[in-house]
Amino acid sequence: MSISGHALKFGNNVDTDVILPGRYLILTDPKDLAQHAMEGLDPAFAEKAKGGVVLVAGRNFGCGSSREQAPLALKHAGVRCVLAESFARIFFRNAINIGLPVVQFEKALSRVDEGDELIVDLEAGSIRNLSKGAAHRVDRLPQFILEILSDGGLIANLRKRLKKE
Amino acid sequence: MNISEKILAQKSGRDEVHPGEIVDAEVDVVMVHDLTGPLAVEAFNKIGVERVWDNKKIIVILDHQVPADSIKAAELHKTMRRFSREQEIRLYDIGEGGICHQVMPEKGHVTPGKLVVGADSHTCTYGALGAFATGIGSTEAAAVFATGKIWLRVPEAVKINVNGKFQRFSTPKDLILSIINQIGVDGATYKSIEFTGPTIREMDISGRMTLCNMAVEMGAKNGIVEPDEMTRRFLDGRAKIPEPFEALKSDPDASYTKVLDFDVTRLEPQVSSPPSIENVEPASRLGGVKIDQAFIGSCTNGRIEDLRLAAEILKGKRVKSEVRMLVIPASQEVYLQALREGLLEVFVKAGGIVCNPTCGPCLGGHIGLLASGEVCISTSNRNFVGRMGSPEASVYLASPATVAASALTGRITDPRELEA
Repeated sequence: MSISGHALKFGNNVDTDVILPGRYLILTDPKDLAQHAMEGLDPAFAEKAKGGVVLVAGRNFGCGSSREQAPLALKHAGVRCVLAESFARIFFRNAINIGLPVVQFEKALSRVDEGDELIVDLEAGSIRNLSKGAAHRVDRLPQFILEILSDGGLIANLRKRLKKE
Repeated sequence: MNISEKILAQKSGRDEVHPGEIVDAEVDVVMVHDLTGPLAVEAFNKIGVERVWDNKKIIVILDHQVPADSIKAAELHKTMRRFSREQEIRLYDIGEGGICHQVMPEKGHVTPGKLVVGADSHTCTYGALGAFATGIGSTEAAAVFATGKIWLRVPEAVKINVNGKFQRFSTPKDLILSIINQIGVDGATYKSIEFTGPTIREMDISGRMTLCNMAVEMGAKNGIVEPDEMTRRFLDGRAKIPEPFEALKSDPDASYTKVLDFDVTRLEPQVSSPPSIENVEPASRLGGVKIDQAFIGSCTNGRIEDLRLAAEILKGKRVKSEVRMLVIPASQEVYLQALREGLLEVFVKAGGIVCNPTCGPCLGGHIGLLASGEVCISTSNRNFVGRMGSPEASVYLASPATVAASALTGRITDPRELEA
Protein backbone atom coordinates (compact mmCIF):
# COMPACT_ATOMS: atom_id res chain seq x y z
CA MET A 1 0.00 0.00 0.00
CA SER A 2 1.55 3.25 -1.12
CA ILE A 3 0.06 6.56 -0.04
CA SER A 4 1.02 10.02 -1.22
CA GLY A 5 0.06 13.53 -0.30
CA HIS A 6 1.23 16.90 0.95
CA ALA A 7 1.96 17.28 4.63
CA LEU A 8 -0.26 19.16 7.03
CA LYS A 9 1.58 19.61 10.33
CA PHE A 10 0.47 19.68 13.96
CA GLY A 11 2.35 19.57 17.25
CA ASN A 12 2.47 17.30 20.30
CA ASN A 13 -0.47 15.94 22.32
CA VAL A 14 -3.16 16.65 19.73
CA ASP A 15 -6.18 15.35 21.64
CA THR A 16 -9.46 13.93 20.41
CA ASP A 17 -11.38 16.94 21.70
CA VAL A 18 -9.61 19.19 19.21
CA ILE A 19 -9.71 16.55 16.48
CA LEU A 20 -13.47 16.32 16.96
CA PRO A 21 -15.15 18.29 19.76
CA GLY A 22 -17.62 16.40 21.98
CA ARG A 23 -20.59 18.48 20.88
CA TYR A 24 -20.44 16.89 17.41
CA LEU A 25 -20.58 13.29 18.63
CA ILE A 26 -24.30 13.19 17.97
CA LEU A 27 -23.57 13.49 14.23
CA THR A 28 -23.63 10.16 12.45
CA ASP A 29 -22.84 11.01 8.84
CA PRO A 30 -19.04 10.90 8.29
CA LYS A 31 -19.37 13.82 5.85
CA ASP A 32 -20.83 15.96 8.64
CA LEU A 33 -18.11 14.87 11.03
CA ALA A 34 -15.48 15.76 8.43
CA GLN A 35 -16.70 19.36 8.36
CA HIS A 36 -15.60 19.73 11.97
CA ALA A 37 -12.30 17.83 11.83
CA MET A 38 -9.52 19.59 13.75
CA GLU A 39 -11.86 22.48 14.36
CA GLY A 40 -10.31 23.05 17.78
CA LEU A 41 -6.90 23.80 16.26
CA ASP A 42 -7.61 25.02 12.74
CA PRO A 43 -11.13 25.94 11.66
CA ALA A 44 -9.95 25.92 8.01
CA PHE A 45 -8.71 22.32 8.24
CA ALA A 46 -11.56 20.69 6.31
CA GLU A 47 -10.88 23.05 3.41
CA LYS A 48 -7.11 22.40 3.48
CA ALA A 49 -7.46 18.62 3.68
CA LYS A 50 -9.79 18.35 0.72
CA GLY A 51 -8.26 16.35 -2.09
CA GLY A 52 -6.02 14.34 0.19
CA VAL A 53 -3.23 15.09 2.65
CA VAL A 54 -0.82 13.30 4.95
CA LEU A 55 -1.15 14.52 8.49
CA VAL A 56 2.15 14.85 10.35
CA ALA A 57 2.30 15.31 14.11
CA GLY A 58 4.48 15.01 17.17
CA ARG A 59 4.10 12.89 20.27
CA ASN A 60 0.90 11.35 21.68
CA PHE A 61 -1.35 12.05 18.70
CA GLY A 62 -5.01 11.32 19.42
CA CYS A 63 -4.79 11.27 23.20
CA GLY A 64 -7.98 11.40 25.24
CA SER A 65 -11.33 9.96 24.31
CA SER A 66 -12.11 6.64 22.62
CA ARG A 67 -14.35 8.41 20.12
CA GLU A 68 -13.96 6.73 16.77
CA GLN A 69 -15.56 9.81 15.28
CA ALA A 70 -12.11 11.44 15.57
CA PRO A 71 -10.28 9.25 13.02
CA LEU A 72 -13.51 9.02 10.99
CA ALA A 73 -13.64 12.82 10.71
CA LEU A 74 -10.00 12.95 9.63
CA LYS A 75 -10.40 10.18 7.07
CA HIS A 76 -13.49 11.70 5.50
CA ALA A 77 -11.97 15.19 5.50
CA GLY A 78 -9.25 13.85 3.20
CA VAL A 79 -6.49 12.59 5.50
CA ARG A 80 -4.90 9.60 3.75
CA CYS A 81 -2.46 8.70 6.48
CA VAL A 82 -1.28 10.00 9.85
CA LEU A 83 2.44 10.04 10.62
CA ALA A 84 3.23 10.84 14.24
CA GLU A 85 6.17 10.50 16.59
CA SER A 86 3.85 8.49 18.83
CA PHE A 87 0.14 7.72 19.10
CA ALA A 88 -2.31 7.36 21.94
CA ARG A 89 -3.28 3.70 21.90
CA ILE A 90 -7.05 3.89 21.44
CA PHE A 91 -6.72 6.36 18.56
CA PHE A 92 -4.13 4.06 16.97
CA ARG A 93 -6.46 1.07 17.10
CA ASN A 94 -9.49 3.06 16.01
CA ALA A 95 -7.70 4.47 12.98
CA ILE A 96 -6.66 1.00 11.83
CA ASN A 97 -10.13 -0.37 12.50
CA ILE A 98 -11.76 2.22 10.25
CA GLY A 99 -9.06 1.84 7.60
CA LEU A 100 -7.03 5.00 8.19
CA PRO A 101 -3.31 4.14 8.02
CA VAL A 102 -1.23 5.33 10.97
CA VAL A 103 2.55 5.11 11.10
CA GLN A 104 4.89 5.86 13.94
CA PHE A 105 7.59 8.13 12.51
CA GLU A 106 10.46 9.22 14.75
CA LYS A 107 11.39 12.91 14.59
CA ALA A 108 8.47 13.50 12.26
CA LEU A 109 8.27 17.18 13.16
CA SER A 110 11.90 17.90 12.30
CA ARG A 111 11.95 15.73 9.18
CA VAL A 112 8.88 17.19 7.51
CA ASP A 113 7.79 20.76 6.76
CA GLU A 114 4.27 21.89 6.06
CA GLY A 115 3.40 21.17 2.44
CA ASP A 116 6.21 18.65 1.81
CA GLU A 117 5.30 15.97 -0.68
CA LEU A 118 5.39 12.55 0.99
CA ILE A 119 5.08 8.96 -0.17
CA VAL A 120 4.40 6.38 2.51
CA ASP A 121 4.88 2.70 1.72
CA LEU A 122 3.26 0.62 4.45
CA GLU A 123 4.41 -2.77 3.13
CA ALA A 124 8.00 -1.65 2.78
CA GLY A 125 8.03 0.40 5.97
CA SER A 126 9.38 3.50 4.29
CA ILE A 127 8.61 7.18 3.99
CA ARG A 128 9.97 9.30 1.15
CA ASN A 129 10.00 13.06 1.44
CA LEU A 130 10.17 14.18 -2.19
CA SER A 131 10.45 17.85 -1.26
CA LYS A 132 13.59 17.16 0.80
CA GLY A 133 14.92 14.31 -1.32
CA ALA A 134 15.04 12.16 1.82
CA ALA A 135 14.05 8.56 2.55
CA HIS A 136 13.32 7.18 6.03
CA ARG A 137 12.80 3.70 7.41
CA VAL A 138 9.95 3.12 9.83
CA ASP A 139 8.81 0.03 11.74
CA ARG A 140 6.57 -2.02 9.52
CA LEU A 141 3.12 -2.63 11.00
CA PRO A 142 2.43 -6.29 11.92
CA GLN A 143 1.07 -8.35 9.03
CA PHE A 144 -2.44 -8.76 10.53
CA ILE A 145 -2.74 -4.97 10.86
CA LEU A 146 -1.59 -4.45 7.26
CA GLU A 147 -4.30 -6.90 6.23
CA ILE A 148 -6.95 -4.98 8.16
CA LEU A 149 -5.82 -1.80 6.40
CA SER A 150 -5.73 -3.34 2.95
CA ASP A 151 -9.22 -4.73 3.51
CA GLY A 152 -10.33 -1.19 4.33
CA GLY A 153 -10.90 -1.73 8.03
CA LEU A 154 -11.72 -4.26 10.73
CA ILE A 155 -15.30 -5.00 9.69
CA ALA A 156 -14.42 -5.97 6.12
CA ASN A 157 -11.47 -7.94 7.45
CA LEU A 158 -13.62 -9.75 10.00
CA ARG A 159 -16.29 -10.52 7.42
CA LYS A 160 -13.62 -12.11 5.25
CA ARG A 161 -12.21 -14.14 8.14
CA LEU A 162 -15.63 -15.33 9.32
CA LYS A 163 -16.45 -16.49 5.79
CA LYS A 164 -13.27 -18.59 5.68
CA GLU A 165 -14.23 -20.29 8.94
CA MET B 1 3.94 -12.01 36.32
CA ASN B 2 2.10 -8.96 37.58
CA ILE B 3 -1.69 -8.90 38.01
CA SER B 4 -2.35 -7.51 34.52
CA GLU B 5 -0.20 -10.20 32.90
CA LYS B 6 -1.90 -12.90 34.96
CA ILE B 7 -5.32 -11.82 33.78
CA LEU B 8 -4.24 -11.57 30.13
CA ALA B 9 -2.55 -14.99 30.32
CA GLN B 10 -5.68 -16.56 31.77
CA LYS B 11 -7.95 -14.91 29.20
CA SER B 12 -5.77 -16.01 26.29
CA GLY B 13 -5.32 -19.57 27.51
CA ARG B 14 -1.59 -19.32 28.13
CA ASP B 15 0.55 -20.19 31.12
CA GLU B 16 2.57 -17.03 30.75
CA VAL B 17 2.61 -13.82 28.78
CA HIS B 18 5.36 -11.27 28.31
CA PRO B 19 5.27 -7.54 27.53
CA GLY B 20 5.16 -6.87 23.81
CA GLU B 21 3.43 -10.14 22.91
CA ILE B 22 0.14 -9.89 21.11
CA VAL B 23 -2.54 -12.17 22.51
CA ASP B 24 -6.03 -13.05 21.39
CA ALA B 25 -8.06 -12.73 24.54
CA GLU B 26 -11.57 -13.78 25.55
CA VAL B 27 -13.60 -10.82 26.74
CA ASP B 28 -15.76 -11.18 29.86
CA VAL B 29 -17.80 -8.01 29.45
CA VAL B 30 -18.08 -5.32 26.78
CA MET B 31 -19.79 -1.97 27.39
CA VAL B 32 -20.95 0.73 24.98
CA HIS B 33 -22.83 3.97 25.67
CA ASP B 34 -25.10 6.31 23.77
CA LEU B 35 -22.33 8.11 21.85
CA THR B 36 -20.18 5.09 20.97
CA GLY B 37 -22.92 2.45 20.79
CA PRO B 38 -24.71 3.61 17.63
CA LEU B 39 -21.50 3.38 15.55
CA ALA B 40 -20.91 -0.07 17.05
CA VAL B 41 -24.41 -1.19 16.07
CA GLU B 42 -23.88 0.13 12.55
CA ALA B 43 -20.59 -1.75 12.30
CA PHE B 44 -22.08 -4.92 13.82
CA ASN B 45 -24.85 -4.92 11.23
CA LYS B 46 -22.22 -5.01 8.47
CA ILE B 47 -20.38 -8.05 9.84
CA GLY B 48 -23.03 -10.45 8.65
CA VAL B 49 -23.81 -12.36 11.82
CA GLU B 50 -27.35 -12.41 13.13
CA ARG B 51 -26.81 -12.66 16.87
CA VAL B 52 -24.21 -11.29 19.24
CA TRP B 53 -21.74 -13.84 20.66
CA ASP B 54 -23.17 -13.65 24.18
CA ASN B 55 -25.97 -11.27 25.06
CA LYS B 56 -25.26 -11.66 28.81
CA LYS B 57 -21.79 -10.22 28.37
CA ILE B 58 -22.79 -7.00 26.66
CA ILE B 59 -23.95 -3.94 28.59
CA VAL B 60 -25.43 -0.78 27.08
CA ILE B 61 -25.64 2.36 29.20
CA LEU B 62 -27.25 5.64 28.16
CA ASP B 63 -25.33 8.35 30.00
CA HIS B 64 -23.59 10.91 27.83
CA GLN B 65 -26.48 12.86 26.39
CA VAL B 66 -29.36 12.03 28.75
CA PRO B 67 -32.18 12.77 28.83
CA ALA B 68 -32.09 13.49 25.10
CA ASP B 69 -31.41 17.19 24.57
CA SER B 70 -31.99 17.09 20.81
CA ILE B 71 -33.74 15.00 18.21
CA LYS B 72 -30.39 13.65 17.07
CA ALA B 73 -29.58 12.44 20.57
CA ALA B 74 -33.05 10.93 20.88
CA GLU B 75 -32.48 8.98 17.65
CA LEU B 76 -29.20 7.62 19.01
CA HIS B 77 -30.97 6.45 22.16
CA LYS B 78 -33.69 4.87 20.05
CA THR B 79 -31.06 2.97 18.06
CA MET B 80 -29.55 1.58 21.25
CA ARG B 81 -32.90 0.66 22.78
CA ARG B 82 -33.94 -1.20 19.65
CA PHE B 83 -30.64 -3.07 19.32
CA SER B 84 -30.70 -4.05 23.00
CA ARG B 85 -34.27 -5.27 22.74
CA GLU B 86 -33.61 -7.30 19.58
CA GLN B 87 -30.45 -8.87 20.98
CA GLU B 88 -31.81 -9.19 24.53
CA ILE B 89 -28.98 -7.12 25.98
CA ARG B 90 -29.15 -5.36 29.36
CA LEU B 91 -29.59 -1.64 28.73
CA TYR B 92 -29.51 0.86 31.57
CA ASP B 93 -31.90 3.55 30.49
CA ILE B 94 -32.34 6.91 32.19
CA GLY B 95 -33.79 6.50 35.63
CA GLU B 96 -32.01 3.23 36.38
CA GLY B 97 -28.32 3.72 35.70
CA GLY B 98 -26.14 6.75 35.41
CA ILE B 99 -22.58 7.31 34.25
CA CYS B 100 -21.36 4.04 32.73
CA HIS B 101 -18.17 3.82 34.79
CA GLN B 102 -20.15 4.17 38.00
CA VAL B 103 -22.92 1.81 36.95
CA MET B 104 -20.68 -1.06 35.80
CA PRO B 105 -19.05 -1.60 39.23
CA GLU B 106 -22.21 -0.65 41.16
CA LYS B 107 -24.38 -3.18 39.37
CA GLY B 108 -21.85 -5.96 39.73
CA HIS B 109 -20.72 -6.18 36.10
CA VAL B 110 -17.08 -5.89 37.10
CA THR B 111 -15.30 -8.33 39.41
CA PRO B 112 -11.64 -9.10 40.09
CA GLY B 113 -9.81 -10.96 37.35
CA LYS B 114 -12.26 -10.12 34.58
CA LEU B 115 -11.25 -8.75 31.21
CA VAL B 116 -13.55 -5.83 30.51
CA VAL B 117 -13.46 -3.66 27.41
CA GLY B 118 -15.61 -0.62 26.87
CA ALA B 119 -16.16 1.87 24.09
CA ASP B 120 -15.07 4.72 26.31
CA SER B 121 -11.55 5.72 27.26
CA HIS B 122 -12.31 5.81 30.99
CA THR B 123 -13.14 2.10 31.01
CA CYS B 124 -9.79 1.82 32.80
CA THR B 125 -11.68 2.90 35.96
CA TYR B 126 -12.66 -0.72 36.67
CA GLY B 127 -9.08 -1.66 37.46
CA ALA B 128 -9.99 -0.35 40.91
CA LEU B 129 -11.69 -3.72 41.46
CA GLY B 130 -8.77 -5.77 40.20
CA ALA B 131 -10.13 -6.27 36.69
CA PHE B 132 -8.12 -5.70 33.51
CA ALA B 133 -10.19 -2.99 31.88
CA THR B 134 -9.38 -0.89 28.85
CA GLY B 135 -11.00 1.46 26.39
CA ILE B 136 -11.63 0.57 22.76
CA GLY B 137 -13.48 2.15 19.85
CA SER B 138 -16.91 1.45 18.42
CA THR B 139 -15.83 -0.76 15.50
CA GLU B 140 -13.75 -2.88 17.81
CA ALA B 141 -16.71 -3.16 20.20
CA ALA B 142 -18.76 -4.41 17.26
CA ALA B 143 -16.14 -7.06 16.54
CA VAL B 144 -16.30 -8.14 20.19
CA PHE B 145 -20.12 -8.27 19.93
CA ALA B 146 -19.65 -10.76 17.09
CA THR B 147 -16.69 -12.82 18.30
CA GLY B 148 -16.15 -12.24 22.03
CA LYS B 149 -12.47 -11.81 21.31
CA ILE B 150 -9.96 -9.01 21.06
CA TRP B 151 -6.26 -8.78 20.25
CA LEU B 152 -4.22 -7.03 22.90
CA ARG B 153 -0.56 -6.25 23.16
CA VAL B 154 0.64 -7.27 26.61
CA PRO B 155 1.66 -3.97 28.19
CA GLU B 156 4.84 -3.13 30.02
CA ALA B 157 4.00 -2.15 33.57
CA VAL B 158 4.72 0.81 35.81
CA LYS B 159 4.34 0.33 39.55
CA ILE B 160 3.25 3.26 41.64
CA ASN B 161 3.88 2.69 45.29
CA VAL B 162 2.05 5.07 47.62
CA ASN B 163 2.82 5.73 51.28
CA GLY B 164 1.54 8.09 53.95
CA LYS B 165 -1.75 9.38 55.29
CA PHE B 166 -3.75 12.03 53.47
CA GLN B 167 -4.07 15.41 55.18
CA ARG B 168 -7.52 16.87 55.68
CA PHE B 169 -8.97 17.97 52.30
CA SER B 170 -6.24 16.21 50.38
CA THR B 171 -7.71 13.36 48.32
CA PRO B 172 -6.99 10.59 45.80
CA LYS B 173 -7.73 13.20 43.09
CA ASP B 174 -4.87 15.33 44.36
CA LEU B 175 -2.66 12.25 44.34
CA ILE B 176 -3.47 11.28 40.76
CA LEU B 177 -2.99 14.86 39.56
CA SER B 178 0.45 14.95 41.16
CA ILE B 179 1.27 11.54 39.62
CA ILE B 180 0.24 12.82 36.16
CA ASN B 181 2.38 15.90 36.73
CA GLN B 182 5.40 13.67 37.33
CA ILE B 183 4.76 11.03 34.63
CA GLY B 184 3.38 13.36 31.95
CA VAL B 185 0.42 12.98 29.60
CA ASP B 186 2.26 10.46 27.42
CA GLY B 187 4.57 9.03 30.05
CA ALA B 188 2.74 5.73 30.32
CA THR B 189 1.56 5.26 26.73
CA TYR B 190 0.59 1.61 26.02
CA LYS B 191 1.55 0.68 29.59
CA SER B 192 -0.20 -0.81 32.56
CA ILE B 193 -0.15 1.23 35.77
CA GLU B 194 -0.39 -0.74 38.99
CA PHE B 195 -1.18 1.24 42.13
CA THR B 196 0.10 -0.34 45.30
CA GLY B 197 1.44 0.41 48.78
CA PRO B 198 -0.03 1.04 52.25
CA THR B 199 -2.00 4.15 51.22
CA ILE B 200 -3.74 2.25 48.43
CA ARG B 201 -4.57 -0.65 50.75
CA GLU B 202 -6.34 1.77 53.09
CA MET B 203 -8.07 3.63 50.27
CA ASP B 204 -11.74 2.91 49.60
CA ILE B 205 -12.96 1.72 46.20
CA SER B 206 -14.19 5.21 45.36
CA GLY B 207 -10.66 6.61 45.73
CA ARG B 208 -9.15 3.71 43.79
CA MET B 209 -11.64 4.39 41.01
CA THR B 210 -10.50 8.01 40.86
CA LEU B 211 -6.89 6.86 40.46
CA CYS B 212 -7.56 4.19 37.85
CA ASN B 213 -9.97 6.49 35.99
CA MET B 214 -7.16 8.90 35.16
CA ALA B 215 -4.58 6.26 34.17
CA VAL B 216 -5.59 6.93 30.56
CA GLU B 217 -4.60 10.58 31.00
CA MET B 218 -0.99 9.34 31.07
CA GLY B 219 -1.61 7.24 27.97
CA ALA B 220 -1.93 4.00 29.94
CA LYS B 221 -3.79 0.98 28.66
CA ASN B 222 -5.09 0.16 32.12
CA GLY B 223 -4.80 1.13 35.76
CA ILE B 224 -5.13 -1.62 38.31
CA VAL B 225 -5.16 -2.34 42.04
CA GLU B 226 -4.81 -5.84 43.50
CA PRO B 227 -8.16 -6.87 45.00
CA ASP B 228 -8.37 -7.20 48.78
CA GLU B 229 -10.82 -7.03 51.68
CA MET B 230 -11.83 -3.51 50.66
CA THR B 231 -12.79 -4.92 47.25
CA ARG B 232 -14.69 -7.76 48.85
CA ARG B 233 -16.69 -5.37 51.03
CA PHE B 234 -17.59 -3.20 48.03
CA LEU B 235 -18.73 -6.19 45.97
CA ASP B 236 -20.69 -7.78 48.77
CA GLY B 237 -24.34 -7.75 47.72
CA ARG B 238 -23.50 -6.43 44.25
CA ALA B 239 -21.84 -9.36 42.51
CA LYS B 240 -20.84 -12.95 42.89
CA ILE B 241 -17.35 -12.63 44.30
CA PRO B 242 -14.75 -14.85 42.64
CA GLU B 243 -12.59 -16.91 44.99
CA PRO B 244 -9.86 -16.53 45.92
CA PHE B 245 -8.04 -13.27 45.16
CA GLU B 246 -4.65 -14.89 45.77
CA ALA B 247 -4.21 -15.85 42.11
CA LEU B 248 -4.49 -12.18 41.21
CA LYS B 249 -1.59 -10.93 43.30
CA SER B 250 1.46 -9.71 41.44
CA ASP B 251 4.39 -12.06 42.00
CA PRO B 252 7.25 -10.72 44.14
CA ASP B 253 9.54 -11.06 41.11
CA ALA B 254 7.11 -9.48 38.63
CA SER B 255 8.91 -7.07 36.33
CA TYR B 256 8.13 -3.38 35.95
CA THR B 257 9.75 -0.92 33.57
CA LYS B 258 9.55 1.69 36.27
CA VAL B 259 8.73 1.84 39.97
CA LEU B 260 7.74 5.22 41.35
CA ASP B 261 7.26 6.11 45.00
CA PHE B 262 4.82 8.73 46.19
CA ASP B 263 4.17 9.96 49.71
CA VAL B 264 0.90 11.75 50.40
CA THR B 265 1.87 12.97 53.87
CA ARG B 266 2.60 16.48 52.68
CA LEU B 267 0.40 16.43 49.59
CA GLU B 268 -1.55 19.69 49.28
CA PRO B 269 -4.74 20.11 47.27
CA GLN B 270 -3.67 20.19 43.60
CA VAL B 271 -5.07 21.85 40.49
CA SER B 272 -4.44 21.08 36.83
CA SER B 273 -4.43 24.18 34.61
CA PRO B 274 -5.48 24.11 30.93
CA PRO B 275 -4.80 23.10 28.30
CA SER B 276 -2.86 20.09 29.54
CA ILE B 277 -3.66 17.77 32.43
CA GLU B 278 0.01 17.58 33.39
CA ASN B 279 0.13 21.30 34.30
CA VAL B 280 -0.39 20.63 37.99
CA GLU B 281 0.45 22.80 40.97
CA PRO B 282 -0.89 23.40 44.48
CA ALA B 283 -4.29 25.14 44.57
CA SER B 284 -2.81 27.72 46.94
CA ARG B 285 -0.70 29.13 44.08
CA LEU B 286 -3.70 29.76 41.82
CA GLY B 287 -5.72 31.98 44.14
CA GLY B 288 -5.78 34.74 41.54
CA VAL B 289 -7.83 32.72 39.05
CA LYS B 290 -11.48 33.79 39.10
CA ILE B 291 -14.13 31.24 38.13
CA ASP B 292 -17.53 31.43 36.47
CA GLN B 293 -18.61 27.83 36.99
CA ALA B 294 -17.91 25.03 39.44
CA PHE B 295 -18.74 21.47 38.42
CA ILE B 296 -18.88 18.56 40.85
CA GLY B 297 -19.54 15.23 39.15
CA SER B 298 -18.25 12.87 36.39
CA CYS B 299 -16.83 9.34 36.45
CA THR B 300 -13.76 10.72 38.21
CA ASN B 301 -15.46 12.35 41.19
CA GLY B 302 -19.24 12.01 41.17
CA ARG B 303 -19.55 9.35 43.86
CA ILE B 304 -21.18 9.59 47.27
CA GLU B 305 -17.81 10.07 49.00
CA ASP B 306 -17.14 13.02 46.68
CA LEU B 307 -20.53 14.60 47.33
CA ARG B 308 -20.09 14.18 51.09
CA LEU B 309 -16.77 15.97 50.94
CA ALA B 310 -18.17 18.84 48.88
CA ALA B 311 -21.23 19.12 51.16
CA GLU B 312 -19.01 19.29 54.22
CA ILE B 313 -17.48 22.47 52.81
CA LEU B 314 -20.70 23.95 51.42
CA LYS B 315 -22.99 23.24 54.39
CA GLY B 316 -24.74 26.37 55.59
CA LYS B 317 -22.92 28.57 53.07
CA ARG B 318 -23.77 30.25 49.75
CA VAL B 319 -21.73 30.01 46.57
CA LYS B 320 -20.35 33.36 45.40
CA SER B 321 -23.06 35.32 43.62
CA GLU B 322 -21.44 35.36 40.17
CA VAL B 323 -20.58 31.65 40.25
CA ARG B 324 -22.79 28.88 38.85
CA MET B 325 -22.43 25.56 40.64
CA LEU B 326 -23.52 22.28 39.06
CA VAL B 327 -23.66 19.06 41.03
CA ILE B 328 -24.22 15.83 39.13
CA PRO B 329 -24.37 12.57 41.08
CA ALA B 330 -22.71 9.81 39.05
CA SER B 331 -25.63 7.39 39.26
CA GLN B 332 -29.18 6.91 40.45
CA GLU B 333 -27.79 5.01 43.45
CA VAL B 334 -25.49 7.91 44.34
CA TYR B 335 -28.33 10.39 43.76
CA LEU B 336 -30.67 8.52 46.07
CA GLN B 337 -28.03 8.13 48.77
CA ALA B 338 -27.17 11.84 48.57
CA LEU B 339 -30.86 12.61 48.86
CA ARG B 340 -31.21 10.41 51.96
CA GLU B 341 -28.18 11.99 53.60
CA GLY B 342 -29.46 15.51 53.00
CA LEU B 343 -26.53 16.39 50.74
CA LEU B 344 -28.71 17.55 47.87
CA GLU B 345 -30.39 19.99 50.23
CA VAL B 346 -26.98 21.38 51.15
CA PHE B 347 -26.16 21.95 47.46
CA VAL B 348 -29.49 23.55 46.64
CA LYS B 349 -29.43 25.80 49.71
CA ALA B 350 -25.90 26.83 48.76
CA GLY B 351 -27.25 28.08 45.44
CA GLY B 352 -26.17 25.17 43.29
CA ILE B 353 -28.25 23.11 40.91
CA VAL B 354 -28.41 19.33 41.02
CA CYS B 355 -28.79 17.65 37.63
CA ASN B 356 -29.72 14.10 36.72
CA PRO B 357 -26.95 11.47 36.53
CA THR B 358 -25.10 12.08 33.23
CA CYS B 359 -21.66 12.90 31.90
CA GLY B 360 -23.11 16.34 31.20
CA PRO B 361 -20.64 19.18 30.84
CA CYS B 362 -17.53 17.01 31.30
CA LEU B 363 -17.26 16.38 27.57
CA GLY B 364 -19.13 19.46 26.43
CA GLY B 365 -22.12 17.49 25.22
CA HIS B 366 -24.94 19.19 27.10
CA ILE B 367 -25.80 20.91 30.40
CA GLY B 368 -23.57 23.71 31.61
CA LEU B 369 -21.42 24.39 28.57
CA LEU B 370 -18.99 27.31 28.73
CA ALA B 371 -18.95 30.51 26.72
CA SER B 372 -15.76 32.09 25.36
CA GLY B 373 -13.56 33.57 28.04
CA GLU B 374 -15.30 31.69 30.83
CA VAL B 375 -13.51 29.66 33.48
CA CYS B 376 -14.73 26.44 35.08
CA ILE B 377 -13.20 24.50 37.93
CA SER B 378 -14.24 20.88 37.62
CA THR B 379 -13.85 17.54 39.37
CA SER B 380 -13.71 15.79 35.98
CA ASN B 381 -10.69 14.43 34.14
CA ARG B 382 -9.86 16.54 31.09
CA ASN B 383 -9.13 20.19 30.45
CA PHE B 384 -8.38 20.04 26.72
CA VAL B 385 -9.16 23.03 24.51
CA GLY B 386 -12.91 23.12 23.87
CA ARG B 387 -13.60 20.18 26.19
CA MET B 388 -16.53 21.85 27.96
CA GLY B 389 -17.80 24.12 25.23
CA SER B 390 -16.12 27.13 23.69
CA PRO B 391 -12.50 26.60 22.59
CA GLU B 392 -11.86 29.97 24.27
CA ALA B 393 -13.07 28.74 27.67
CA SER B 394 -10.72 27.38 30.35
CA VAL B 395 -11.16 24.29 32.50
CA TYR B 396 -9.22 23.69 35.71
CA LEU B 397 -9.29 20.23 37.32
CA ALA B 398 -9.36 19.62 41.06
CA SER B 399 -10.88 17.55 43.87
CA PRO B 400 -14.48 17.97 45.08
CA ALA B 401 -13.13 19.78 48.16
CA THR B 402 -11.19 22.31 46.10
CA VAL B 403 -14.07 22.82 43.65
CA ALA B 404 -16.54 23.37 46.51
CA ALA B 405 -14.19 25.82 48.25
CA SER B 406 -13.66 27.69 44.98
CA ALA B 407 -17.42 27.91 44.40
CA LEU B 408 -17.72 29.73 47.73
CA THR B 409 -14.98 32.28 47.08
CA GLY B 410 -15.35 32.73 43.32
CA ARG B 411 -11.66 32.04 42.73
CA ILE B 412 -9.49 28.92 42.87
CA THR B 413 -9.21 28.15 46.56
CA ASP B 414 -7.30 25.66 48.68
CA PRO B 415 -10.10 24.28 50.90
CA ARG B 416 -7.85 24.50 53.97
CA GLU B 417 -7.83 28.26 53.51
CA LEU B 418 -11.50 28.41 54.57
CA GLU B 419 -10.68 26.85 57.92
CA ALA B 420 -7.69 29.02 58.69
